[in-house]
Amino acid sequence: MSLAVISGLKAVALIILNRLALGVVTLFAVSVLIFAAVNILPGDFAQAILGQGATEEAVEAIREDLGLNKNAIVRYADWLGGILKGDFGVSFAQANFSSFAGEDASKGGIGSVAAQLEPRFKNTLFLAGVAAIIAVPLSLVLGIMAALYRNSVFDRFVNISTLTSISSPEFFLAYVLILFLSVLNPLLPSLSNIYVEMTFADRLHKTLLPALTLTLVVMAHMMRMTRAAIINLLASPYIEMARLKGIKPARVIVFHALPNALAPIINVIALNLAYLVTGVVVVEVVFVYPGIGQLFVDSVKIRDIPVVQACCLVFAAAYILLNLTADIFSILSNPRLRHPK
Amino acid sequence: MNITRRDVLKAGAAATALTMVPAISTQAMPKKGGRLRLGLDGANTSDSWDSRTHSDIFMILSGHGTVFDCLTRVTSEGQLVGELASDWSSDDAKTWVFNLRKGATFHNGKSFGADDVIESMQLHVAEGAKSAAQPIVANVSEMKKMNEHQVMFTLEKANADFPYLMSDYHICIFPAGQIPEAMANGIGTGLYQVESFDPGVRLVTSRYANHYKGDEYGHFDEVEVIAINDSAARMNALMTGQVDAVNRVDFNTEPLLRANPNIDIFEAVGNQHYTFAMLSQTSPFDDLNVRQALKYGINRQEMVDKILQGHGQVGNDHPIGPGNQYHYSDLKQTEYDPERAKSLLAKSGLSELNVDISVSEAGFPGATNAGQLYQASAKAGGINLNVVQEPSDGYWSNVWLKKPFVAVYWSGRATEDWMFSTAYEAGVPWNDSQWDHPRFQELLYAGRVELDSDKRRQIYHEMQMILNVEGGVIVPMFASYVGASSSKLASTGAIGKSWMMDNARMAENWWFA
Repeated sequence: MSLAVISGLKAVALIILNRLALGVVTLFAVSVLIFAAVNILPGDFAQAILGQGATEEAVEAIREDLGLNKNAIVRYADWLGGILKGDFGVSFAQANFSSFAGEDASKGGIGSVAAQLEPRFKNTLFLAGVAAIIAVPLSLVLGIMAALYRNSVFDRFVNISTLTSISSPEFFLAYVLILFLSVLNPLLPSLSNIYVEMTFADRLHKTLLPALTLTLVVMAHMMRMTRAAIINLLASPYIEMARLKGIKPARVIVFHALPNALAPIINVIALNLAYLVTGVVVVEVVFVYPGIGQLFVDSVKIRDIPVVQACCLVFAAAYILLNLTADIFSILSNPRLRHPK
Repeated sequence: MNITRRDVLKAGAAATALTMVPAISTQAMPKKGGRLRLGLDGANTSDSWDSRTHSDIFMILSGHGTVFDCLTRVTSEGQLVGELASDWSSDDAKTWVFNLRKGATFHNGKSFGADDVIESMQLHVAEGAKSAAQPIVANVSEMKKMNEHQVMFTLEKANADFPYLMSDYHICIFPAGQIPEAMANGIGTGLYQVESFDPGVRLVTSRYANHYKGDEYGHFDEVEVIAINDSAARMNALMTGQVDAVNRVDFNTEPLLRANPNIDIFEAVGNQHYTFAMLSQTSPFDDLNVRQALKYGINRQEMVDKILQGHGQVGNDHPIGPGNQYHYSDLKQTEYDPERAKSLLAKSGLSELNVDISVSEAGFPGATNAGQLYQASAKAGGINLNVVQEPSDGYWSNVWLKKPFVAVYWSGRATEDWMFSTAYEAGVPWNDSQWDHPRFQELLYAGRVELDSDKRRQIYHEMQMILNVEGGVIVPMFASYVGASSSKLASTGAIGKSWMMDNARMAENWWFA
């Protein structure tokens, strides 16, 4: 291994460390923002959970039990202290029920935020994974073909249809898919209530419709970036040389243009993967998919701050990590680094 | 009695039902088997089998309607019958002796007896216990095991409705000595035993063999309850056949469901009602003429047609609904009469009345529109209502019981006494009309201790009449519980009125035709 490669790898390692440190700072900023935002919302957990029963005494009793009447800064510091020890705390809903039943919620178990979050997060990752497995190869292939047959009818059609789907709101796409694939032609279930005991095939079958919805949402971005990056390179002298050698256009694009276009494509793919994890909220609600997005919506509704905070941290962490991965891959895909003189 | 279009339709339906008698009687032989899949809202990730915390349909149906039993039960026809108690008696409405069913067993094989009842009741009665059923059972001063199959309850103050209160969905019976385990795993005496439970996602149960209710109830092999909190997703799941029945049908999509030949809509008008409450000791509502003018200024039928899209019944300014035992159905209906409102105002020397009315969707769904309808109809009676839109957040803490004239939602109560003592007894915290009426109060106490059913009827009718004429609450409508099912499902035809989804007992009462 030459010196240049080693110094290159060192530089990459340095960038990773730098980014991770920045990521931690970002997470901290996110948590402050979220905590402030949830506190600014009118009403709090006590009022939301009591509904009509929210008389002053009842609200006070719950606030007292949950420590909600402590100063906001003290509450934030308590929460942060817990996080630093790896303790995400107990959801208000569970703490409230436990105090109701006269038990100690802090004993952990089913009530802890981490325990609630874990299965939901796995489900969300599964959905994102299925969507990515469909969307990434599909948009790469379509992008390459659109570059190959640029300005043809095929190119126009792919462009228009993907732009239409990215411009439509997610719930609308979801309902269109339900209408065509579930109501008119009962091929796929509109209810994606997956659970632990399900076989993998069943799980996949139930996840397909939300995954297809997400595919439609993220495809345009990746497809168009692939197409643009390749076309951009087609004017370069080395491509012209390849063409002059008499190589077929498909081979020129896949073996000569694509490797050099990888950096921006990988960047866009990583961004969209991050979106698959964090942007699934609406899709999960429409398909009743038990993922982190639905948990997030339910928790915001009742102002369950510990759960909302934890969900946001997970979302932010996913974004930061995937962005970091994108940077690393685009550096590694740089031929100048891989083939030093 | 004036005949509305609705009455004609009802009469028509009754006539068709009569001609269909043979068909119905063959249908009355329930078939066994199948897996019932219910799509319900009101599910939370923090749900558990602790029945003290049950508050929404998902756990109410899964708990006392499927996996657990109470001492007593209200049938779809509205009668009180024994569940884990076979019968009961009292001479003075103060000491109640319950005879318990023999041969009932919990799902772990433990046989049911008096200890289970007492220990389960302790969950609500014990000092410091926080239970939503506390107001119901706070009155119990002593519980005594007479023998293995008999318990005696002594009440502090007499209450003729005590057996009725024992049907409350919070008061499920758990196995004595194993309560934490039973709460963790869902071990009850119900028709179905828990196979798997994923809080906020779904419940799967299977029929408990050799159940004491025998073949008469619980016709499904399995029952699956699926959490679908989103209304559109719930309707979709029924349309695409992924569930067999759903609750809380969205009124906007109800015509689409109705048009689908594979779907039946079932509804029952129970005790759920929407009100406008005035603080009757605050000016100008302390003036009886003003209260009455406001009652004549509202067009109730229009509210039912436009706010409930016909899924309900006009109210008559008292909270006792068709689901209650002593509902006064022959009480003269207060009609929309702007002229009368005007003359009532004139009696108080007013040429017109200007008042604020506070509304919010938190008050009841459609309250803002209802406020505007009321504003338009009241105008003809010389009443100028200023509709104030309040924020939904904090509505119950900042507006209700504070502002003088507000929109309020009530789910109703199973008994007259419970309803009145929640919101109409002088001095109780939820008395949202500052109601304090000596004769009413006297009747309330008399009804509570009266065991004779005819005398109670008289008492409660008079109380409903007092509220109708003088009360500070306008009750324009009773809202139906609307559910929808696949036409493959069948029932006896009677739909319970105490709670949605046939008293939350679809798993018990229905079958696949």
